[in-house]
Amino acid sequence: MSRTSRAAVRVTTVIGAAAALAACTSTAPPSGGDAAGGGPIAVTAADASCDVAAAEAPAGKITFSVRNTGSKITEFYLYGTGDRIMGEVENIGPGLTRDLIVEVPDGGSYTTACKPGMVGDGIRAPFTVTGSATRSVDENTRLAEATTGYHRWVTSQIEALVPKTQEFVDAVKAGDVETAKALFPVARTYWERIEPVAESFGDIDPKIDGREDDERDAGVQFTGYHRLEKDLWVDGLQADSPAMADQLMADIRDLQSRTATVELTPVQLANGAKELLDEVATGKITGEEDRYSHTDLWDFKANVEGSQGAVASLRPVIDEKDPTLGPVLDERFAAVDALLEEYRVGDGYRLYTELTDEDKRRMAEAVDALGEPVSQVAGVVTS
Amino acid sequence: MTGRLSRRRLLGWAGAGAAVAGAGAVTACSASLAPVAEGVVPFRGERQAGIVTPAQDRLHFVALDLTTDNRDRVRALLQKWTTAAERMTAGAETAPGGAVGGNPDGPPADTGEALGLPAAKLTLTFGVGPGFFDKLGLDPALRPAGLAELPRFTLDQLDPALSGGDLCIQACADDPQVAVHAVRNLVRMGFGTTTVRWSQLGFGRTSSTSTAQATPRNLFGFKDGTRNLKAEDGAELDQHVWVQPADGPPWLAGGTYLVARRIRMHIEIWDRTSLTEQETIIGRTKGEGAALGATGEFDPADFAAIGPDGQPRIGEVAHIRLASAEALNGVRILRRGYNFVDGSDGQGHLNAGLFFVAFMRDPHAQFVPMQRALANNDVMMEYIEHTGSAVFACPPGLTEGQYWAQPLLEA
Repeated sequence: MSRTSRAAVRVTTVIGAAAALAACTSTAPPSGGDAAGGGPIAVTAADASCDVAAAEAPAGKITFSVRNTGSKITEFYLYGTGDRIMGEVENIGPGLTRDLIVEVPDGGSYTTACKPGMVGDGIRAPFTVTGSATRSVDENTRLAEATTGYHRWVTSQIEALVPKTQEFVDAVKAGDVETAKALFPVARTYWERIEPVAESFGDIDPKIDGREDDERDAGVQFTGYHRLEKDLWVDGLQADSPAMADQLMADIRDLQSRTATVELTPVQLANGAKELLDEVATGKITGEEDRYSHTDLWDFKANVEGSQGAVASLRPVIDEKDPTLGPVLDERFAAVDALLEEYRVGDGYRLYTELTDEDKRRMAEAVDALGEPVSQVAGVVTS
Repeated sequence: MTGRLSRRRLLGWAGAGAAVAGAGAVTACSASLAPVAEGVVPFRGERQAGIVTPAQDRLHFVALDLTTDNRDRVRALLQKWTTAAERMTAGAETAPGGAVGGNPDGPPADTGEALGLPAAKLTLTFGVGPGFFDKLGLDPALRPAGLAELPRFTLDQLDPALSGGDLCIQACADDPQVAVHAVRNLVRMGFGTTTVRWSQLGFGRTSSTSTAQATPRNLFGFKDGTRNLKAEDGAELDQHVWVQPADGPPWLAGGTYLVARRIRMHIEIWDRTSLTEQETIIGRTKGEGAALGATGEFDPADFAAIGPDGQPRIGEVAHIRLASAEALNGVRILRRGYNFVDGSDGQGHLNAGLFFVAFMRDPHAQFVPMQRALANNDVMMEYIEHTGSAVFACPPGLTEGQYWAQPLLEA
């Protein structure tokens, strides 16, 4: 991956250790910027179909032009081994067309997926990348690719987080309680996937995602998603609810600008993946987080997806250093996904208050089973 | 080397491969001839340790369920467990350098809370429950008859969350932290293959399994297990505890069954009961522990003796009579229970009792008639309730290189 291509996806500053590692990529041969000579591959994404105009492309920069002909918001992904996200484009509204430009340096088997309604595994199809992987890939290169790949994914999440939160905020300010309630867990999905990145800034997370009973310095208000959640579900909209909505939006935009320059290391990725599962275990399985809306399972799913995104970015390194770990991770992530699917209702999930003790126990077991191998990732990638 | 052997020192000792003088605590059934360090109970031998091993002071018992039907994965876990268990019983970490010697960017392989603690006579005893066979699709012929579910007894108040299990591990040690460390690390290795169904901490062994031990007291304040089977009772152990080759599937020959019952005691009610009533219910004196009518603890109980009131000195429904071999056609079991206090119950009462663990050759011929007699007649039932129940089959001991239940999984 060349530096210019990274700049194209708005990773403007990767400094420090990551940049030093990234420099190693310059020793690799250029990964064929001219390879996409055939032009963009058209993808027609409907509610029940996903037509990809070509099933293969040469290694290098590949562009998919995704047109949503369906009635639901959709997403388009290109996955590598272990559902490593090579690239994705989120939040494609009905009638819209958006491009995914993805850098695929290695030939091999990949998978395309449309996700109408943004749910589940999506409508998948195999996709072959041709051409020999002739570049020399050393460990540092792989680690640098992992961090830049993850950063790219985080950026894409924030690109969806901003407009979704704006819609939510607009509904609150319009006094449209029902719409706001419906948008609350959806907007949070993008937030919960990348929360460790936000937590790395320290001051942002408490403002966006703090709880009412958190300790605050004198004069610091209870703000963010959960303040509005309480207004919507418990207290009714308050005189200052619109101001709270504006504050949330400002904080989200602050996150967006700061994330653009965040510096991530492989260990941070791995620990972020683990922390997201810790969040599930301590906040979601207990129903503690979304205590007014009880939409905890939306967050649960998003945390797991965020964890999977981080782990997937590291996957080539994991596979190189401990070939036994990747398949275990695949299986455990799949088990959690399958379990959550049992609780799906339409485009969302059953409310926490509708879960039995047995349901919660099964979730705890699945998260424990996943958390243990995920906790090994940091050690493996730094071994 | 004498005295307490710390974990750190042990690592050096093990690395040097030197024999250690002053071996102690070799169980009667151990086949191991190598000298062992003080406070170390040999892990391998003809029988599993932790059965006739002189009862240690502390217990952490865990019942687990399988979350997979994949036999290879279960085998891999049992191999991993066995390696770690053997190391921990020797006073070592789960893996060399496991607590602090690994990659600092990863979580340590050993959780570390036993660093610097002695082996503390840790034993780890393994068993399989009824579900083990169904979940792994094992040949039904391998499932021993003794693993049939226990019947429901009168006044049972069993909580499913405190009962059953596909596997069990009994950790006994003289230091509770050593026992908890062992269970915690084994549970951790099992995530994704097993899940904890329930667990129980115990203290204050409620029986002796060796004539070298004094008889301890249960939370009712009475000496418990005076007539227990003991490690020294060789022939009786074969008759009452060890599964014989003709009893069932070959993999269990030389093994035993474990019955666990969580018995909640209504302590406060008992404490308001007169001494005479308490002694009448038990059939023994509270001080000496002598059978009523006798003077010394180990004097034989005279169940035929008649008191001045013309009634039997030891009442018809006294606990020791109902539970006696004399009343049960010679049935005996090896008890290995512990007291427990799980805090208070929210009503200001101790959530306490006796975690009954017993080993026997056939639960349905031994435990079932005994418990039936007690459940239907024992006045003590007014002061207790059985809240948990489980039965497991414990394979014989491990030879060198074997892993837990290998003869079963590879039958």
